[in-house]
Amino acid sequence: MSEHNLQSQTVQTTGHAWDGDLQEFNNPLPTWWVFTFYVTIVFSIVYWFIYPSWPIGKGFLAGLSSISYVNKAGETVSTHWNTRALLMEGLNKTDEMQKPYFSKVAANDFSQIAKDPELSGFVLSAGKVLFTDNCAPCHQQGGQGKVGFFPNLTDDDWLYGGSFEKIHQSITGGRHGYMPAFGEVLNAAEIDALANYVASLSGIAHDSGKAASGKTLFTSETAACYYCHSASGAGRQDLGAPNLTDKIWLWANVPAAEKPEDKVAAIRSTIAAGVNKGVMPAWGGRLSPEQIKVLTVYVHELGGGK
Amino acid sequence: MRINFKHEWIETNIGLMLVLTMLAISVGGLVEIAPLFFIDKTVEKVEGVNVRPYTPLELRGRDIYVREGCYTCHSQMIRPFVDEKLRYGHYSLAAESQYDHPFQWGSKRTGPDLARVGGKYSNEWHVQHLIAPRSMVPESVMPNYPWLMQLLDQSDIADRMKALRAVGVPYSLTEAEREANVKNFGETVAAELHIPDAKKNLVDQANLGNYDGNKAGVSEMDALVAYLQVLGTMVDFTKVNEDDLVRSR
Repeated sequence: MSEHNLQSQTVQTTGHAWDGDLQEFNNPLPTWWVFTFYVTIVFSIVYWFIYPSWPIGKGFLAGLSSISYVNKAGETVSTHWNTRALLMEGLNKTDEMQKPYFSKVAANDFSQIAKDPELSGFVLSAGKVLFTDNCAPCHQQGGQGKVGFFPNLTDDDWLYGGSFEKIHQSITGGRHGYMPAFGEVLNAAEIDALANYVASLSGIAHDSGKAASGKTLFTSETAACYYCHSASGAGRQDLGAPNLTDKIWLWANVPAAEKPEDKVAAIRSTIAAGVNKGVMPAWGGRLSPEQIKVLTVYVHELGGGK
Repeated sequence: MRINFKHEWIETNIGLMLVLTMLAISVGGLVEIAPLFFIDKTVEKVEGVNVRPYTPLELRGRDIYVREGCYTCHSQMIRPFVDEKLRYGHYSLAAESQYDHPFQWGSKRTGPDLARVGGKYSNEWHVQHLIAPRSMVPESVMPNYPWLMQLLDQSDIADRMKALRAVGVPYSLTEAEREANVKNFGETVAAELHIPDAKKNLVDQANLGNYDGNKAGVSEMDALVAYLQVLGTMVDFTKVNEDDLVRSR
């Protein structure tokens, strides 16, 4: 209470008293605060004149400030200041800074880019940024992929080819993995025989009797596996048909199965259900040709480029 | 005559204070929002920009997006800044959300902006990522949405479209409205916007697209993925003159 009493002696009151002794303090704002407030009002008026501000009917005051940028056709466009024009001007500056690198990327072919120390350094850093944003959600940050979903980009195994040209084609146009479902065409014994044969191709423990009949089926016209996977099972990159003779798996999750019979079962279910996934979007319309070129070299250099 | 203004007048007159308070707090809305409904250039009328309303399936996906509160972590508004252009693509146009009620611009990015996510990833990625985000993006903090695989309630699709029609979205009920849509959007799109055919259109699109990778029934996943895959894809920016967009501001 003593503090309150002290205050009542030093602070002004409004001068009005209710019920004889009920008074109201009057604490005016500090002068510096009031002055700052007036300055902000003056500032806002100046701002109205410089930048787009007041709506008038179907239009608005465009402001006195102007801005110019260079458009795609190379013409200088001058307009009243607005954020879209500001972006265009900003992009002019970024383009200017990136141009020395991107024009070199455009002028050189893939292997030259990979060999040139300065350019490959640029590709490594710019490519990493592009890869992280656009590719990593599926192929994962290191390009290691995800069995059952998206292929590993760091190994030697390529579904559609690992040359610069093939990687470039995959990124630009996208891909769509497809294998027919054989569950309705073949009976369970036939699928089991095929699965055992496919297991034998990459050295997985299998039933050799079943594998032998599977081999016949593999090259027969009934199953016609050979048409896409080739007679040896080495696959065909022009069709995106995987090599079955290596130990690398994408659709059948063989690595996750511990027991040999589970590995064969994983192959069996893929044969029965087929594959209608492995969709890679086309990046041709989304990224610029130079960006795709940078990504091509980056992916090629991840380890498995041919 | 000299007027000696005293703040005390307002403070001691509750009616005057009420009126002046209302005036003060309306200024923000009156100055910043109301004029946009009258200014011609608000929605860009630019050659090459022809945005259509959502199909019935996409619309249900939009509703699920809202139901699950996706907008609390994802914006759908790419601002005209260099860094946003480099990461997300072309800045968003007002025209692109002209049929959104409510719009999904959002103001919080815990996750990335989704304004141009359409076509960026495959359907199977979206399905797996929605069910278990960390199986695709290990560092993600997004919750799992496994229940989206449940069947979609299609019963009220016509009502939902009628509600949007009431606020100006050109879904058609009558033959005359359908013909107007044919003129504006072409035959294929106009057929999708016809309310009497909504249920059939919804099922057809889900079966054709098979967005969730499961042929049995139309799931909420079908709808949501169909919606995500169309986001930001309606304007072909290769056919739009950037200078026209600048001039429309």
